[in-house]
Amino acid sequence: MVYGMPRIPPEKQILKALNGDEAVAYAVKQSLVDVVAAYPITPQTIIVEKFSEFVADGEVHTEFVPVESEHSAMSTVVGAAAAGARAFTATAANGLALMWEILYIAASLRLPIVMAVANRALSAPINIHCDHSDAMGMRDSGWVQLFVENSQEAYDTVIQAFRIAEDPDVLLPVAVNLDGFFLSHTLENIRMLPDEAVHEFLGGYRDASKVKVKVDYFEEPVPLMLNPARPLSFGPLDLYDYYFEHKMHQVEAMKRVPEVVRRVHDEYAELSGRRYGDGVLVPYAVEDADIIITVLGSSGGTVRSVVKKMRERGVKVGTVRIRMFRPFPHRELAEILKGAKVVAVMDRAISFGSYGPSFLEINTALYPLREKPLLVNYVYGLGGRDLPPGDVEKMIEELVEIARRGEVEERLRFIGVRA
Amino acid sequence: MVEVRWHGRGGQGAWTASNLVAMAAMFDGKHVQSFPAFGPERSGAPIVAFTRISDEPIEIHSMVYEPDIVIVLDPTLLKNVRVVEGLKKGGFVIVNYEGPGEKLYKALGVEKGVYRVYKVPATKLALEILKRPITNTALIGAFIKATGLVSLEGIEKALRERFPGPLAEKNMFLIKKSMELAEEV
Repeated sequence: MVYGMPRIPPEKQILKALNGDEAVAYAVKQSLVDVVAAYPITPQTIIVEKFSEFVADGEVHTEFVPVESEHSAMSTVVGAAAAGARAFTATAANGLALMWEILYIAASLRLPIVMAVANRALSAPINIHCDHSDAMGMRDSGWVQLFVENSQEAYDTVIQAFRIAEDPDVLLPVAVNLDGFFLSHTLENIRMLPDEAVHEFLGGYRDASKVKVKVDYFEEPVPLMLNPARPLSFGPLDLYDYYFEHKMHQVEAMKRVPEVVRRVHDEYAELSGRRYGDGVLVPYAVEDADIIITVLGSSGGTVRSVVKKMRERGVKVGTVRIRMFRPFPHRELAEILKGAKVVAVMDRAISFGSYGPSFLEINTALYPLREKPLLVNYVYGLGGRDLPPGDVEKMIEELVEIARRGEVEERLRFIGVRA
Repeated sequence: MVEVRWHGRGGQGAWTASNLVAMAAMFDGKHVQSFPAFGPERSGAPIVAFTRISDEPIEIHSMVYEPDIVIVLDPTLLKNVRVVEGLKKGGFVIVNYEGPGEKLYKALGVEKGVYRVYKVPATKLALEILKRPITNTALIGAFIKATGLVSLEGIEKALRERFPGPLAEKNMFLIKKSMELAEEV
């Protein structure tokens, strides 16, 4: 596909060398965020450290609330977003785990909070490095989950996330996941949009009065926000009389997410010139592929670089990076995978006693197909264990062998772990 | 794509040097990555940092296993770290070293002719100019002389972005001095 020139050509964008965390902080700075609440020490990220400098230097209007725990950080942004603020927080690993209870509340109150998660392993043993265990712990909480491949995409995706979250068809919190250390601490070239372009893209400050609700005690529909002049209750007692219906609202809202993610991604691409597949899935060399590898996050690029090399050797292999994990794009992925002989699903997390989280999803995606590809799950990189290109190459050689034999003996496999 | 591995001890500025070189290359119009081999940051412990410089966008996000260039900020590391591990044939080894060339080859444990070996008296230069044994910018000077991979203008811009005025000046002076004294052995 050929695209026109972006509205802001590269030379009009600000070139900076930033790590992933700093890139996120700059995106938040440009996104006219009203409230940032965060627990300021480990396992916090450079994101709020950098952002607190913007606050201290008077470069943003944001109210910065340093709280005493991640549970409180999430509670604070819940309150702020309910009052109509554009609210943001960031965390990682055990910090995210401590938010767990409030994550569900943020999603079921339909609050368009954006959170960056620098993905890191959970204790014990204590580990500060990358895996997706933290993010997978929140996959059922009702948040939209996006995973990025590099620091540039982290910047771009945070800006998109506010638009997705606040879209009246969505009104759900969005988590932007970037791999701890592999992105959070890696300096890369970043092109930033001018402030005004971001402001325009977001339509200015968040205007919560755009979404109105009808309640018994007001004649006219009222804005869905806390306001002493028009009191509303958020999240009151809701038993077997209506709770289920409210859950159905979340089910329906999630169904509308993919279209909004694609639309926002498209609009942003026209502005910036940067595209990540269709915003949901990022396929590479899949059309005629016998073997397709699915992957999340920064490993997407490592796998793609090896796929390119193997293609030169004539191996018919392709890859799909899953950019949106919740809601999971079952049908779209099945459409891409259906022609393959073998599908290898890479997971940087494991559900103990089961398989990797995306393996379960892809089984679900492929079940309706009459002719199903063979499926293998590769769990890798727990606790920050590196994924060297050589290991990806070995995996592909194994997959070639599986395709040749036409059967899979062991479906759950591990990469780069001692015997 | 060129891959660089930096060896130093916590506090000597290996990661900062890697960042400065990456920034300079970016200002020269390249795509870059710079990252440490992440561990607990302890002063004095051996650490490693990596730089990637490429004409194309960089897709890979793993550590560097077969560097083109190895840079050693502290000669005492040669005793217990095999710094040339994985280094490509014909690659550069640039070491903070004051002794004779033959001794350096011995310390590296390599034959002459396999790699291109450079030495620079970085500790001496740093003590003279910065009054502190922070050897990272001295090694950047030697790196530029040996490889020409980043421009002096680029590194000057990076220094100015990273350090306040006088410190940037001093380090720029140090880099130029180091370029004079670095030599292939």
